[in-house]
Amino acid sequence: MAAYRCPECGYVYNEDLGDEFEGYPAGTPFAELPEDFTCPDCAVRVKAEFERFDPTRAGPD
Amino acid sequence: MKGYTAALPSGEAIHYVDRKRWLWLASVVYPLQPLIGIWLHAETGVEAWLLLPLFTGYVLMPILDWVLGEDENNPPEEVVPQLDADRYYRILTYVVVPLHFLSLIGAAWWAGTQDLSWWAFLGLAFVAGMTSGLGINTGHELGHKKSKLERTLAKIVLAVPAYGHFWIEHNRGHHRDVATPEDPASARMGESIYRFACREIPGAFVRAWQIERERLARRGRSAWHPDNQILQSMSIAAVLQLGLLIAFGWKMIPFLLIHNLLAWWQLTSANYIEHYGLLRTTDANGRYERCRPRHSWNSNHLLSNLVLFHLERHSDHHAHPIRRYQSLRHFDDLPTLPNGYFGCYLLAWVPWLWFRVMDERLLALPHVDGDLDKVNVDPRRRERLVARYGPGGA
Repeated sequence: MAAYRCPECGYVYNEDLGDEFEGYPAGTPFAELPEDFTCPDCAVRVKAEFERFDPTRAGPD
Repeated sequence: MKGYTAALPSGEAIHYVDRKRWLWLASVVYPLQPLIGIWLHAETGVEAWLLLPLFTGYVLMPILDWVLGEDENNPPEEVVPQLDADRYYRILTYVVVPLHFLSLIGAAWWAGTQDLSWWAFLGLAFVAGMTSGLGINTGHELGHKKSKLERTLAKIVLAVPAYGHFWIEHNRGHHRDVATPEDPASARMGESIYRFACREIPGAFVRAWQIERERLARRGRSAWHPDNQILQSMSIAAVLQLGLLIAFGWKMIPFLLIHNLLAWWQLTSANYIEHYGLLRTTDANGRYERCRPRHSWNSNHLLSNLVLFHLERHSDHHAHPIRRYQSLRHFDDLPTLPNGYFGCYLLAWVPWLWFRVMDERLLALPHVDGDLDKVNVDPRRRERLVARYGPGGA
């Protein structure tokens, strides 16, 4: 499964893990997040702006 | 003094010393003022000392901001990761948390146990509230961070002003909707601070509750589940305020009422001046452009920034909300406030004066260029403002 990253603050939505705190169970595809999904950490970037991200590769953070 | 060394893209090494490093202690000491006033009252018997924070905040601060002026210095981007990683800066934001509790409890103790004249009692409740408003500022800095410790401390300190919903409201609501007509926490051109308060205070609470309720619903939980972060903070506030009532008796009812209202009013005043009239444009799909530095009013005034954890560098804060206070930047050509926040609050409390100073500043911004369509205008005032400035500007 894929992961998507907020280009502003580095928050990563990993489909394998979901985001339990936000109420998205593990395995929830990014595409199924609500259309008005906004970065839960910075609220600056919206769903369409998230970038594909390889979680196995060390990220800039 | 501690410094940081990094390499510029050219390969040249730079060494940076943060000259404000120790001065940030001012943000820790500033909320202790009610206790200093109480001590001076106890020593001299002069009740007027209890009003010390009022004098510092609304007489001394605006004058000193004007005299000491602005500081446009930015740390070089290359050292920012080291500056952010330096634990000293975040420890200051932890240390101030118990001090906010101490200030409120100390003021309540003095008001509840001393035979004060009526104006000194009211004055002490007033300054206690003003000071707890600074607790919202501390909660603001902590609540924007990703660590569990900082987020927990944010919820705890927000119990002092009894404003537990702020963390959700601000991070998830205000930052998402800032500088749009939809945001109850962004003031519109032509809207007085008093009308703004009537829209902002209930609007913010409703939005926070909605956001938290939706999150809990996604987790299959009721809005009243103990996982509700608003209720967590509010419970601490309830224990604190009931405790004060039990300890110091009925006098705490008017004291805490005034205290709470004043603390909330501090936030309302800050929100009012931070985005007055600024508007994000919409694209072809009706979506708002991303928040940029030009969507917040900025102030580089040295002293008031030092006592507010750099809150007044608000343009960078909204464009990059995770950035730590010590690293917030000044940019050229920003919407700029005429004084620090304290001086601007005074201005905002006199609406005709505020409009007179700020409306022209707003229309003169390069991205507005006199065009009222590029301004967040109060619909009730649009006609009057168009008649005065013309739809295409002055």
